[in-house]
Amino acid sequence: MRRHRQARWDDTDSPGTEPLLSEKRLQAVDTDDSALPEDLTRDSLELPGLAEPELARHYTRLSQMNYGIDSGPYPLGSCTMKYNPTFVEDVAAMPAGATHPDRDEGTVQGTLDVYHGLQNYLAEIGGMDAVTLQPPAGAAGEFTGILVAKAFHEHSDESDQRDEVVVPASAHGTNFASAAMAGYDVVELPANDSGRVDLDALSAVVGPSTAALMLTNPNTLGLFERDIETIADIVHDAGGLLYYDGANLNALLGRARPGDMGFDVMHYNVHKTFATPHGGGGPGAGPIGVTDELVPFLPSPRVRETDDGYELFDPEHSIGKVHGAMGNWLVLLKAYAYISRLGEAGLRDASANAVLNANYLAERIDLPVPFEPFHHEFVASAGDADAVEFARRMLDYGVHPPTTKWPEIVDEALMTEPTEAESKDSLDDLAAAFGAVLEDDAADLGSAPTETTVARIDQTEAARNPRLSWHALESD
Amino acid sequence: MAEPREHHDEEPADDHPREGPTVDSVSTDSPFDGAASGSPFAPNTAADVEAMLDEVGADGVEDLFDIPESVRFDGQLDIEPRSERAVVAELRRTLGRNDDQTEFLGRNHYAHHVPSIVDHLSLRSEFLTSYTQYQPEVTQGFLQALFEYQSILVELTGLDVANCSMYDAATALGEAATLADRVRAVDGHRVLVPDYLRADERSVLENYTEGTDLETATFETVDGGVDPETLDAALAEDVVLVYAENPTVEGVIDGNVGAVGDLAEEYGALFCLGSDLVALSLLESPAALGADVVVGDASVLGLPAAHGMGLGIFACREAFLRQVPGRLVGASTDSDGTRAYTLTLQTREQHIRRERATSNICTNQAWVALRTAIHAAAVGPEGLLDLAEQCHRLAERTATDLDAVDGVTAPVRDCYHFREFKARVDTDARDLAADLRERGLSVHALDADEIQVCVTEVTADETDDLAAAVAEVLG
Repeated sequence: MRRHRQARWDDTDSPGTEPLLSEKRLQAVDTDDSALPEDLTRDSLELPGLAEPELARHYTRLSQMNYGIDSGPYPLGSCTMKYNPTFVEDVAAMPAGATHPDRDEGTVQGTLDVYHGLQNYLAEIGGMDAVTLQPPAGAAGEFTGILVAKAFHEHSDESDQRDEVVVPASAHGTNFASAAMAGYDVVELPANDSGRVDLDALSAVVGPSTAALMLTNPNTLGLFERDIETIADIVHDAGGLLYYDGANLNALLGRARPGDMGFDVMHYNVHKTFATPHGGGGPGAGPIGVTDELVPFLPSPRVRETDDGYELFDPEHSIGKVHGAMGNWLVLLKAYAYISRLGEAGLRDASANAVLNANYLAERIDLPVPFEPFHHEFVASAGDADAVEFARRMLDYGVHPPTTKWPEIVDEALMTEPTEAESKDSLDDLAAAFGAVLEDDAADLGSAPTETTVARIDQTEAARNPRLSWHALESD
Repeated sequence: MAEPREHHDEEPADDHPREGPTVDSVSTDSPFDGAASGSPFAPNTAADVEAMLDEVGADGVEDLFDIPESVRFDGQLDIEPRSERAVVAELRRTLGRNDDQTEFLGRNHYAHHVPSIVDHLSLRSEFLTSYTQYQPEVTQGFLQALFEYQSILVELTGLDVANCSMYDAATALGEAATLADRVRAVDGHRVLVPDYLRADERSVLENYTEGTDLETATFETVDGGVDPETLDAALAEDVVLVYAENPTVEGVIDGNVGAVGDLAEEYGALFCLGSDLVALSLLESPAALGADVVVGDASVLGLPAAHGMGLGIFACREAFLRQVPGRLVGASTDSDGTRAYTLTLQTREQHIRRERATSNICTNQAWVALRTAIHAAAVGPEGLLDLAEQCHRLAERTATDLDAVDGVTAPVRDCYHFREFKARVDTDARDLAADLRERGLSVHALDADEIQVCVTEVTADETDDLAAAVAEVLG
């Protein structure tokens, strides 16, 4: 059994582990020497002033107190924490790609070539007719896709009728929020006993008010919505559109495509499916793909190929912009490099290993998995244990735990997505970590974690007495 | 982002991805049996796969896919696999087709020199390959870095609260408008924006307010800045938010921007100020100007030119704490009494509040925020002030140089400038910009007779070339 004790730098002169930059050295400077008149300038500025060797040590220590995919297994369900190839960072660092967004299009033909190439790759993978790369994250892709759907409906003069977006109860929270941001009422759709869309319930809620149904497939339980064609018919017959949340696309690469299933609009999470680093929370990118009838509504600008090279243009009925420029360029560039590297065979193989790994891991752990057959992820139940406590205890065994308490259809859910990046040995370690927690008693779980940089953090205190800057700590 | 490794032709040929056992090569009904390699980033060996299939009781991996035949994709994706060397070489060639231009371009997207250490520390893979800190005990490093980033924003804005990132300046402005909609004291529906607002930022704002009854209206500025009387006339009780920039997208340091704070307060509207971290190091603090919310781009520190990829600032007064969009890192203690950091006030967020969340944002720009904090700490307050002072002096110097050229009036505006300025030319500005591009110099052509020129320390050594080229074209 593999164990792990996370690094911790103690500083007995400060209340924490590694002191804050501000606790190391703050420097106050004034603006007296400015060439600007006094009424235009601030009086003073007080920020950390450290020499480079001190900074190197500060951030190296912080990195040692942080767990990433390169540290160990990271089976965070719905997040697709796969290995991030390092060569894409070299590509992103190429000086020729460091351009200003207002450059004349004739002078950035290489950049536009990459945009165009990635659009084509994604359209091919998703079975969609056209792709825009502008949305800077998955949720931004959802928002953009729903705005495009709304523009389509308004163009068809149906705006007065369609004011609802239908979302399954087990969908990602962003689906609800994105639909609301686009001005829609959200109608929640319950699941049937098998964990999938309840067709009767769907038929009951879909109608002349329905703008779209947002669906993840495989869904958050890892189950393929086998009735997808019927679902598409129900939504389309009512004049609604079908939206595909691409969070779980890693399960399907080369085997099924949203466009072929009847989806009209979808987003891709390149930081999930296409291995761009998650960066501690981002940046990601959330390109969207659409079918022909939605193409005129895509954000501006789009990239197209002409006899003279690539050019930017505004779609006829564009919704406008969802990002100040053309999205998270460096992330998109990394995704292009990854897809180019893998090709069709590698993408298919990635999905195959992701699905095999999830199935193998589920088999190896002694927890019920109520819904199957799942694909790249499964939702186990922690049973009598609290899923959050179960997960915290897993940290003591050197692995990152699954996503907890969601989807709620499974009691004390542990949503587990090992990805293709884990080897059989690594999955065995993960399974051992699950097993070890199962052997532990309630007291072990209650006091966990103990092997991490800090012990259990008081969340209530953090929320009751919000201290969000070192200024707030000083005033304590 | 370290410098790319040089390509050496003598490197052993590696035109084929890793050969070796893969899932496809042992599955029973894959069309790729033995024909293609698999993912080089999936470690299972053929023996592993067999053992695992045995464990799960499946004959082949394809059996694990529960996809109805009617929606199975039976074609082949038209994407060729390639070696690492081939991909890197191709992209070097492709990006090499970008013209080598000296960019005197700004308009809310700025490139400063990013110290080397920013790449080297931010690329430490414990940072780069982690995700949102849902398990804070094991991600203290990133949380502390984000806490420090928030603190730097609090210092620079003078406001109490800063979140740990929005996507970019434009989406942050959109979020400011929806926040104003939620907290408004007035029964109104208008967001007032200045006439100089970039069209693309305005478009993002209008999309972000799609789910509210807010409408975007324009107020006129005078000589590039706020005119209190004109703004007063444009204001009414139905305005929930007034937006202004300092410096503006045209490089104007606006001495009247504080009037927006006073007027907005008078009418019960919020004042949202747009700026960036370098400008904020020198210019009057937003809090002192009466700003309720500050947005803008933070990646002026931390990211080189990245075709508009950025990092949105979002800071506000404490009164709006529970309406803030996005992630917030707070300090707490662990069960041993040690200070510890954690994401907090998450009931604002989409994964808990769903359609009633303050925003849909989940994945954000955290890694850029890490880079920004490292950059800020690497140059320190003196370095930041120096940098900001240069932004002012370089704009003045370059304007003077261009003004000496026959046929150019620079700057157009009689005010203090930051990084950039407008110049009037007595030829078609677009033709001039095209001729300059031919000479490897990019400037903005704004309309028939105005260009805009931006200078930072990155381009400071090439302003003479610019003046000479303009003289040559006009001469």
